[in-house]
Amino acid sequence: MNDYINLHDVNLFYGTNQALKDVKLQAAKHEITAFIGPSGCGKSTLLRCLNRMNDLIPNVKITGEISVAGESLYGANTDVESLRKNIGMVFQAPNPFMMSIYDNIAFGPRRFGVKSKAILDEIVEKSLRAAVLWDEVKDQLKKSGLSLSGGQQQRLCIARALSVEPDVLLMDEATASLDPISTMKIEELVQQLKKDYTIVMVTHNMQQAARVSDKTCFFLNGEVIESAPTKTLFNNPEDKRTEDYITGRFG
Amino acid sequence: MQQTNSTASKMSGRHWRLMFSDQVFKWFCLFSAIVLCVVLFSIVFFMGKTGVLTFEFVKVTEYFFSLNWNPGFDETATYGAGIFFIGTILLTLLTLIISVPISVGIAVFLAEIAPTRLKETVRPILDLLVGIPSVIYGFLGLTILVPFVAKVFGTQLGDGLLAAALVLSLMVLPTIGRISDDSIEAVPQKYREAAYAMGCTKLQTIFFVVLPAARRGIVSAIILGMTRALGETMAVVMVIGNVPQLAESLVQPTSVLTSNIVMQIMAVPFESTWNYALFFMGFSLLVVALLLIVFVRIINNRSEVQ
Ligand SMILES: Nc1ncnc2c1ncn2[C@@H]1O[C@H](COP(=O)(O)OP(=O)(O)O)[C@@H](O)[C@H]1O
Ligand SMILES: [Mg+2]
Repeated sequence: MNDYINLHDVNLFYGTNQALKDVKLQAAKHEITAFIGPSGCGKSTLLRCLNRMNDLIPNVKITGEISVAGESLYGANTDVESLRKNIGMVFQAPNPFMMSIYDNIAFGPRRFGVKSKAILDEIVEKSLRAAVLWDEVKDQLKKSGLSLSGGQQQRLCIARALSVEPDVLLMDEATASLDPISTMKIEELVQQLKKDYTIVMVTHNMQQAARVSDKTCFFLNGEVIESAPTKTLFNNPEDKRTEDYITGRFG
Repeated sequence: MQQTNSTASKMSGRHWRLMFSDQVFKWFCLFSAIVLCVVLFSIVFFMGKTGVLTFEFVKVTEYFFSLNWNPGFDETATYGAGIFFIGTILLTLLTLIISVPISVGIAVFLAEIAPTRLKETVRPILDLLVGIPSVIYGFLGLTILVPFVAKVFGTQLGDGLLAAALVLSLMVLPTIGRISDDSIEAVPQKYREAAYAMGCTKLQTIFFVVLPAARRGIVSAIILGMTRALGETMAVVMVIGNVPQLAESLVQPTSVLTSNIVMQIMAVPFESTWNYALFFMGFSLLVVALLLIVFVRIINNRSEVQ
C-alpha cells in the first residue's frame, strides 16, 4: 500500500496561472507525509486537490490523475460530499463554528443523519478523546468552541474532522498560528493518529516535518523537486535545491 | 541662521493651526451630538405631553382595548383606538410573514448562489428600490394591486390589509434583502470551508453554518424592515380603504395607526380630545420604533463570543 494516495501528472491552473506542474507523488497508508517548501510554491493547492476543496474556487482547471485507495477522485461519477467526508481537513487558522463544543463535534454526524442522543454523546467523547482534548473540556461541553485557547480550538477542529470517521486527514499548517507548547501537543497527537489515519500535512516548519513525518516532499514553484523517506531527504538530499532549502540557504 | 528661524516659526504656525482646527472640529462634533439629543428628546416629549392629555377625558383601558372609534365634539364621542393598534399589529405581522421568507431567500441567493454577474446587476437594483418614494408604491398598489385583489377575491373593493401588506412587503423587501445579503456575505469563508471539508452539501452549509452565523444581521434587517412597515403612511393610506373599523377579512377596508392619523389630523382643532388621541397614536408608534432601534443596537453590539 505504498501508493494509497497516488498522484500522476497533476497540473492545476488558477485561470491562466499554473500553480502545479506535473506533480507525481505517492503516500502510504498509515503514514505521515509532509509537504515542505517556500511559501507560494503550491503546497496548499495540492493538499486541497486531495479533498476537492479547489472545486469551490472559480476558474480552477485540474488535469492528471489523483486516486485514494485505488479510487479516482476526479472521476465522472465521484460523489464529492462522501469523498470529503472520507478525507477530512484541518486548516491553518482554527475555525470552530460559533456553537458549543458539543455541537461543533456533533455537527458532522448530525448532517449525516445521526439523531440519537446516546450515539452523538458517544461520538463526541470518542472524537474529543482521539484529539486529546476530552479531559480538558469534558465539564464544559456546552461552552462556545470559541471560548477555548488557540491550541484547544485547533484540537477541537481535529476532533470535528475525526467525528465523521475519515480515512485520511489533511492538515494545512495546522500549527502555524499556535504557541510552541500547543504545537508540541498537536505533533504528539498526530503521531498517535497515524495508527488509524493516513495523514498528509503541509508545514512551514522544516523541523516539524523532520520530527513528525515518515515521508517528506519538497516543493518549489509548483513542482515536486524531491520526495523521499524523511530521514533520507533531510540527510542525503539528491537535488541541490532541496539541500539548499533544508540547510536554510533560501525560503 | 535666519532661514532656520523662519522655518521654525512657520512650523509652529502650522502646528498651531492644526491644533486649532482639531479643537474646533471636536467642539463642533460635540455640539452636533448635543443638538441631536435635544431634538430627539423634544420630539418625544412634545408628542408624549400632548398625547397624554387624551387620558384626562378617556379611560386608558377604553383607549387601548375598546373598538369603538367615534370621535366628535359632543358627549357621545368615544375614543376606542384598539382597532388601529390591532390593525397595525396585524398589518406588520402580515407584512413580515410575506416579506421575510422572500427577502432572506433573495439574500441567500445573492450572497451564496448567484453568479457574480447576476449579483452585480441585482444589488444596485435593490439599492435603488430602497430609495423609491413610498407614494410611488402607493400608486402601483392603487392602480394594479387593489383591482387585482378585488378580482381574485370577488369583492367589490380590493382595499384592505392584504393589499397594504403586499405593498409594504414590496417596500421592505429591498431593505431586509440587502442588509441580510451583506451580513451573509460577511460570514468568514473559513466557516463554509470547515463545513464543506466535512462533506456538507451547499444547502447544508447555508442552513446550518452560514445562516446561523449571520443571524444577528438578519434579525437586525428584519427589525429595520419592521420599523419601516410600522411607520409607513402614504402607501398604506392609498390601499387600505381608510374605514375606522376592525377588519373581519384581509380584503375589507380598514385603518391602521398611521393611516388614521393622516386621514383625520387635518380636520381636528388642536385643543380637542380627538387631536390628543391622534397624538397618542403617533407617540405610541414613536416609542415602539425607538425601542426596536435600540434593540437592533443591542444585538449588534453583543460580542460574538458569549
Ligand atoms: N484562490 C486562488 N486563486 C488564484 N491563485 C491562487 C489561489 N490560491 C493560491 N493561488 C496561487 O497559487 C500559488 C500556490 O499557492 P499556495 O498553494 O497557497 O502555496 P503554499 O501553500 O505553498 O504557500 C501561489 O502563486 C498563489 O498565488
Ligand atoms: Mg499554504
